[in-house]
Amino acid sequence: MEKSKSDVWVGIFVLLGAAALLFLALQSANLLRLSFQPTYKVTARFDNIGGLKSQSPVKSAGVVVGRVDAINFDDKSFQASVQLSLQDRFVFPKDSSLKILTSGLLGEQYIGIEAGADEKNLAAGDVITTTQSAVVLENLISQFLYNKAADGPSPAAGAKK
Amino acid sequence: MDSPAPDSTTPAVAADTDNLVVLRDVSFGYGGRKVLDKVSLAVPRGKVTALMGASGGGKTTVLRLIGGQARAQSGAVLFDGHDVGAMTPAALFAARRRMGMLFQFGALFTDLDVFENVAFPLREHTDLSDALIRDIVLMKLDAVGLRGARTLGTSEISGGMARRVAMARAIALDPELVLYDEPFAGLDPISLGISARLIRQLNDAMGLTSIVVSHDVDETLHIADHAVVLANGGIALQGTPDEIRHSTDPLVYQFVHAQPDGPVRFHYPGATAEADFGPPTHGGSPS
Amino acid sequence: MRWWHPADVGRATREWFAGIGWAARLFWRLLTLAVPTLRRFRLVSEQLHFLGNYSLAIIAVSGLFVGFVLGLQGYYTLQRYGASSALGLLVALSLVRELGPVVSALLFAGRAGTSLTAEIGLMRAGEQITAMEMMAVDPVRRILAPRFWAGVIALPLLSAVFSAVGILGGWVVGVLLIGVDAGSFWSQMQGGVDVLLDVGNGVVKSIVFAFTVTFVALLQGYSAKPTPEGVSRATTRTVVVASLAVLGLDFLLTAMMFSI
Repeated sequence: MEKSKSDVWVGIFVLLGAAALLFLALQSANLLRLSFQPTYKVTARFDNIGGLKSQSPVKSAGVVVGRVDAINFDDKSFQASVQLSLQDRFVFPKDSSLKILTSGLLGEQYIGIEAGADEKNLAAGDVITTTQSAVVLENLISQFLYNKAADGPSPAAGAKK
Repeated sequence: MDSPAPDSTTPAVAADTDNLVVLRDVSFGYGGRKVLDKVSLAVPRGKVTALMGASGGGKTTVLRLIGGQARAQSGAVLFDGHDVGAMTPAALFAARRRMGMLFQFGALFTDLDVFENVAFPLREHTDLSDALIRDIVLMKLDAVGLRGARTLGTSEISGGMARRVAMARAIALDPELVLYDEPFAGLDPISLGISARLIRQLNDAMGLTSIVVSHDVDETLHIADHAVVLANGGIALQGTPDEIRHSTDPLVYQFVHAQPDGPVRFHYPGATAEADFGPPTHGGSPS
Repeated sequence: MRWWHPADVGRATREWFAGIGWAARLFWRLLTLAVPTLRRFRLVSEQLHFLGNYSLAIIAVSGLFVGFVLGLQGYYTLQRYGASSALGLLVALSLVRELGPVVSALLFAGRAGTSLTAEIGLMRAGEQITAMEMMAVDPVRRILAPRFWAGVIALPLLSAVFSAVGILGGWVVGVLLIGVDAGSFWSQMQGGVDVLLDVGNGVVKSIVFAFTVTFVALLQGYSAKPTPEGVSRATTRTVVVASLAVLGLDFLLTAMMFSI
């Protein structure tokens, strides 16, 4: 098969096509971290972030409205400082609250955002103060045992007396 | 059996009844080196033409240009009046059907035996029945004296025999032109004599036009009707074998009489002998 | 080539693109020759014999050993969670989804791919390709296309053989040697392996790999320098390029087929 003058162009075309195919494949598998939505960043402080990770989703009413960008430790207030990116098309009131929730029973953790009632909306750079930390299993169990002990002996034992 | 007609858009030069192949002002080179520089030569029909010259002189290039393997950078290579370099693939296909080529070491297909090698062009280009193909193949093998070797594999035959099988394959489709690339290289005297005789006999018996590229001056001039000596990108001399043998042109003379030094130098160009072996020169003193 | 000289770099880049373009055109040519090639089925079946039958031994034996190992490793890991009855499912899914197509393609590249490259490279070195062109026979049609389509037919079949023999190997080790329950071995496999999703995707993978490996082998042979080192370098390149391509494509295909 002969070489042709147009081989260079065919080569460039093939490489572009292959790149496009690669992009499509990865995009369809949600492996790309590219998001073409413009976002604004806000910060929040938590006592305990539990199993929250970078890129964990931020959901409101179950719908993904943003992602966790970075998680840092603030050694002045000894709290976790979490930076979130929220998509521009979703606006929330300034007094919205954040909770760390778990998807399913043992699934990954995400931040749930609940809208407040303020007229003014969150802007880029704002700090959210109303937060609820993640539930830690050991605290829950010790709380349960403490409550059980505080309840006193069981009614059956009391009825026997 | 269909053979597409030569492209009617390439104008046929006034049908040359004398010459089957004509090179007109052909130039060809690569990497800045000109192998052929405005070469013009004519190959007469029905005759054996010898192409000779030193290594790298452009002989094999001429064969490749005629067969359409390479395209001339300027000038025209005419086969039966049509420019090979300007042909469409279909026209080139048709032209190649009328040519046969013998490669230096036979270039037989190693996965086929002798019979199938000769039958290959027939099977590929014709719809003839197996019985007819068998008869034609055996006739071609008989012409080169190898009818009894038809079941041998390519690894079981000697170099000389391989070349003869390749010759049978080259004439399988009864071409008009046969190109021989170094048919005598590396053969023993008996095989050499046989090959030379076969080239001459086939040419006369089948009315072929043959072009023989060779280094072997004696054998080639013995069977040729017309000879061309190529050197330095051009033609040193073309004429009858006698004219070549008795030429006084220094280049042709050196070639024909196998002299080590002449227009083709013995020493490869480089530093002089004094510079390499002489007394060391100190800075400033003349060498 | 002088790296610092822009003209040389420019030329080398252009030649690289031209090489890719030429290879793409050759691939397209081979694809469009499907019907004429399959019509001369005798040529294809000859190649099918060389590529398929001669690779059967290595594929089957490798499949058997891979199945043995899967059975062993699978059992050791599963029994820690008390899930050893799922061994059949584990072995079948691993083979059908991944190991069957991928390992067969790698073995095929090494065995059949190199023999294709060497054969065509040597044909070029011996001027057989040029001789064919001078006889007005297109070597792409006569030599490359039958081998291409034979490879495309052979590899998916070989992958299927690999997976099947592998499952049997897993059964031999799991059920016969270790003592996993035969009933649950097969029934969990039947319940868990989806024909379209798992087997079908595996077949699609092996078809994609077949096109890739066969084409790489033919390309390297056809464009090899007609010298001994040229051919040897081409055969090495076949194995390297084909293996990398198979593994890369496997990642892409898995991402597309079994996406999160």
